[in-house]
Amino acid sequence: MPESLETAPARATATAAEGGLDVAVGGVWQVTEPRPVWARVLGGARPARVRLRAEGLATWDTSLLLFLFEVREWCRAAGAECDAAPLPEKIRVLLDQFGTAHDARPPADRMGSFIAGVGHVTVETWGRARTASTFLGESVLGVARLFRRPAAFRWGDCLGEMQQCGAMALPIVSLISFLVGLIMAYQAAVQLRQFGADIYVADLVGLSVVREMGPMMAAVILAGRTGAAFAATLANMKASEEVDALETLGIPPVDFLVLPRIVALTLMMPLLALYADCVGILGGMAVGAGVLEIPPAAYWIETQSIVDLSDVNTGLLKSVAFGLLIGIASCWRGLQAERSAAGVGRAATSAVVTSILLVIVADALFAVVFNILGW
Amino acid sequence: MNVAPLPPTAPPAIEVEKLRGGYDGDVILDNVSFRVAAGEIFFVIGGSGCGKSTLLRHLVGLNHPLAGTVKFFGRPFSDATLADRHALLKTFGMLFQGGALWSSLTLRQNIALPLEHYTPLTRREIDDIVRLKLAQVGLAGFEDYYPAEISGGMRKRAGLARALALDPEIVFFDEPSAGLDPVTSRKLDELILHIRDTFGTTIVVVSHELASIFDIADRVIMLDRAEKGIIATGRPRELAAHSPDPRVKEFLRRGSKQSAEP
Repeated sequence: MPESLETAPARATATAAEGGLDVAVGGVWQVTEPRPVWARVLGGARPARVRLRAEGLATWDTSLLLFLFEVREWCRAAGAECDAAPLPEKIRVLLDQFGTAHDARPPADRMGSFIAGVGHVTVETWGRARTASTFLGESVLGVARLFRRPAAFRWGDCLGEMQQCGAMALPIVSLISFLVGLIMAYQAAVQLRQFGADIYVADLVGLSVVREMGPMMAAVILAGRTGAAFAATLANMKASEEVDALETLGIPPVDFLVLPRIVALTLMMPLLALYADCVGILGGMAVGAGVLEIPPAAYWIETQSIVDLSDVNTGLLKSVAFGLLIGIASCWRGLQAERSAAGVGRAATSAVVTSILLVIVADALFAVVFNILGW
Repeated sequence: MNVAPLPPTAPPAIEVEKLRGGYDGDVILDNVSFRVAAGEIFFVIGGSGCGKSTLLRHLVGLNHPLAGTVKFFGRPFSDATLADRHALLKTFGMLFQGGALWSSLTLRQNIALPLEHYTPLTRREIDDIVRLKLAQVGLAGFEDYYPAEISGGMRKRAGLARALALDPEIVFFDEPSAGLDPVTSRKLDELILHIRDTFGTTIVVVSHELASIFDIADRVIMLDRAEKGIIATGRPRELAAHSPDPRVKEFLRRGSKQSAEP
């Protein structure tokens, strides 16, 4: 059965004509379907003139333009004359547009030269440092306003955030802290058992967890969980102009959005660190009871003998600082985000990276200071 | 896509029969039926909350109708198999209200994506098409810009270039004038006319922008929130002048006056 005009596939037939080649295009041309290949249509001929015309052309789109453009480019390269005049005017106009778009020079490298690139990065870094210090200054002023007018502070939002970053984080903090205590106890047990010093596993786990691992693990978990959430929320609010709306109303976004989050995190972090200490010690105790056959009571007494209140206090002091740093870093990253979906993702990632980096740097500083003070 | 004149028996480009639509069991549209001819500029109009965008979402398959059918060129869409649905999806493009460009991709990558996905074209050919499409919407030279680096109007035009990438037979516009100044809005209207006249594309526009309705619409349907369906169908000027329904007159009268003013 012969194919109808509407369903005949794209075709291009070449016939020798006086002084050149006559190419007739017809059928249905769709960009999603294969189209005739000019080299095959040409069949090795080298005509001095190519005449293009439509014959039985049903439906066509950019696919036809691609073919006609290929013919025209071949003619240009081979020095042949390309006569597109017999084609419908609409096709000729679009073919010219296609040619213009093809010949348009690709846009210059928008990054510019290496020196311009270095300058660009320097200016960007300087700008970022300025926004960071401005943000820090605004936060300090916000805290001052909080002390001056505590009633104006958004306690409701703060309590909501405390629940989110405190109570809701308990399951993951429990799991991680327990496992960290367990792993540390296992590692210590392997070594200490060789000297018959099994009981000192309690000392090692107790001190490490209370002074270092408890606050640190709680901080890392909150940086990943809460810090990312803070940054993503604020970045999304910025993208949807909610932050701009606050500014046009004369409400400092720092007071409205940032302070409740920072206060919530700073208050909840020591509590979570204390909780992480207890669960971490329990993890060590589980290994002591299960592997080393140390009775839990003996393990607890040994832990009490080595861990005193000053150790707990140093851990708590650090965790307050960690909470503050994570809160500031994540809110800053959120408010600094670009107004796009990708910007929200980048803000969340950089909030986590910045928070963890700051926490580790701060921990190192605390270690030096505590060593000097003899704590 | 350029289409030869349709024979008189050709099915309409879009055929909606007794459509019931809504979300989570809430019926927003009920018993909605209409047809759109190939090459027509068809507007869906009505006040806020009347179900214009809901209808559009059902037409393009973002929501499944609670009842009724949607057909494109006589081929069922709402109950189509996955393969048929995919084949039909290739034949239409959609311009979302905000452009809906993928923010992590440049304009070039945004427009190239459907071409890479659906066509056997080479990288160079795709690049040529991208440049042509951007030139057609007046964005030549912006290939390597990210959506965040261009204005809202430019984002819409880039979104249109992406919608046109596969030379669709039907293009849907969701509130194309929203957030645009009158001049940019007018330019977008001209672009819609140009696309229809050049490629014979069927255009469906959801809008309550009266200037656009009177300037470029061939035919409109008006939806009403209380009726949960169509309360008027016809040419906008005829409806404004002769509709017996006061709600239709009230909606269109101001636009007709605005449009008549020099």
